Amino acid sequence: MASASGIARRTGRRFLSSLPALLGVLVFTFLLMRVLPGDPAVFFASGPNAGKAEIEEIRRQMGLDKPVPEQLVRYLGDVARGQLGRSMTTGQPVLTDLRQRLPASLELTVSALVIALLLAIPLGIAAALRPGSVVDHAVRFLCALGVCVPTFVSGLLLIYVFYYLLGIAPDPTGRVDVFAASPPDITGFLLIDFALVGDGEGWRAAAGQLVLPALTMALFVLAPLARITRAAMLSVLGSDFIRTARSLGLPRRRVIVTYALRNAILPVLTIAGIVFSTMLGANVLVEKVFSWPGVASYALDALLASDYAPVQGFVLLMASLFVVVNLTVDVLYGLADPRVSIE
Amino acid sequence: MNAVSPTLAPPPSTLQHAGHVLRENPLTAVAAAGASLLCLVALFSPWLTPYDPVASDVSVALQPPSAAHWAGTDQLGRDVLSRIVAATRLDLAIALSAVSLSFALGAVIGGMSGYAGGRLDRVVGRLVDVLMAFPLFVLAMALVAALGNRVENIVIATAIINLPFYIRFARAEVNVRRDAGYVEAARAGGEGHLAVVLRFLLPNVLPAMAVQISLNLGWAILNAAGLSFIGLGVRPPTPEWGILVAEGARFITTGKWWLVAFPGLALMLAVLCFNLLGDGLRDILDPRMRT
Repeated sequence: MASASGIARRTGRRFLSSLPALLGVLVFTFLLMRVLPGDPAVFFASGPNAGKAEIEEIRRQMGLDKPVPEQLVRYLGDVARGQLGRSMTTGQPVLTDLRQRLPASLELTVSALVIALLLAIPLGIAAALRPGSVVDHAVRFLCALGVCVPTFVSGLLLIYVFYYLLGIAPDPTGRVDVFAASPPDITGFLLIDFALVGDGEGWRAAAGQLVLPALTMALFVLAPLARITRAAMLSVLGSDFIRTARSLGLPRRRVIVTYALRNAILPVLTIAGIVFSTMLGANVLVEKVFSWPGVASYALDALLASDYAPVQGFVLLMASLFVVVNLTVDVLYGLADPRVSIE
Repeated sequence: MNAVSPTLAPPPSTLQHAGHVLRENPLTAVAAAGASLLCLVALFSPWLTPYDPVASDVSVALQPPSAAHWAGTDQLGRDVLSRIVAATRLDLAIALSAVSLSFALGAVIGGMSGYAGGRLDRVVGRLVDVLMAFPLFVLAMALVAALGNRVENIVIATAIINLPFYIRFARAEVNVRRDAGYVEAARAGGEGHLAVVLRFLLPNVLPAMAVQISLNLGWAILNAAGLSFIGLGVRPPTPEWGILVAEGARFITTGKWWLVAFPGLALMLAVLCFNLLGDGLRDILDPRMRT
């Protein structure tokens, strides 16, 4: 298939061109972390009154007595071998910590993106079908409002309404009820794990914990998605082939969904990719509000404790995910519209 | 021959166009009024607070909104409304200085890079790519943590994460104008390259970039408040919107909604005003960009 190889070639080129930026992120984070206040060697030492000799010994073990360029080269070598260092706060390798916590963050972000898309695409279509109408203005108002309310405020207000007032949401602390049996550990994605073992009750409990934080994030990213859907649909609906399809008497639903939406979905995909990457970073605030045990809150705790290996690992993870998301969008692009793969 | 030449309507002046836009979109006028009001509150906040924003009075702790305390009181009995009003100055000052800083730096760096092209342009482009590959809020967090927990450093961090957008904008706008007639005339007149960029190119780019300022102000406010919310930057008991929300967060599960809702409302209104104002300004100054 010509188009499949076209997609592969484009994706490969994009991947290669994103490598320098990744390297830049690594170096920049490394340098930034060296400026963090606090000496990790003192932190690692036996106690606050550890002797000077002991601290010096730990500094030597950690390689902190070497000049910064040498440390940087050693760090890059470690990263190339897949070693991200050890967290001082948890005492575990950073890679283990991140692997344990990444599913929580991904589950939250993906659910939020799905909710946002399910809301934004119909809203954008409805607005585009009748530009200037009440519906259009209502959607515009909702979008303007959505980007203005910070996630930490909307999250807290959702907790107030659904937990305190209505009492239908569970206690907003983490992914599982404190008193529930520990969840099965297969993929780390609770919704998938509970579904795999067929535990309906556990699945509903996990979903209940997930709804409010996911909704909080979804509200924040609704605006760019709905706006781009509206703009893309407007331009497609004005084109000749839609007029032709309508004049042929095709069912309205078919014209809008099959012909118009399919052609309008490309810009939506691009924005969805960007939105996903921003959400991964903006996770920090939502994870903090809902005590969500994800990678962002892990990095924040490490940052506040001047523990730099986890922060470096987290930033590297986020930057790599950013690249992966962009590449995925590229592949989806090729699938949604074969024309982009032809050079 | 007595042919009547067709009379063309004169092109509308900027003022007429502005009037047209305001009639079409009255929200812009409302937003402009709101933004001015915010600035006035920020300027005169010490005289507008009904109570001392840091004075505690435990006998009235955690009271819901009432005639005496319109927005209720917090766990130390401090008046929430006074604290919100007092915080306006700090929040606006942080956002304004951060955005102005990145505007000025971005205009100069982007302008130079777009004008010079070649190696400088490639280096700047790479640096911008690296900045954009960061999760921006996390970068701001790391910057504040590394530079130290002070207000100036929130400004610097917010300015840095805004910088790529200004650099890209200025670069693109200067790049399309670098061979324009007036630029060549300036060069032929013996102006140095620096003078050409600063005195001839940038003034032509600034109006379009200014629109970006208003749009970015809202984002800068959200960023600064988010940083203080997670405990970076401004420290309690200084009144700041993000800190007010963070302090109220502990009491939300026991139903003390006013501690979060009112500072949140202030944040929301401020961001809404600047965003709507930015949209309106864009329609007035640069009708092509309208979506």
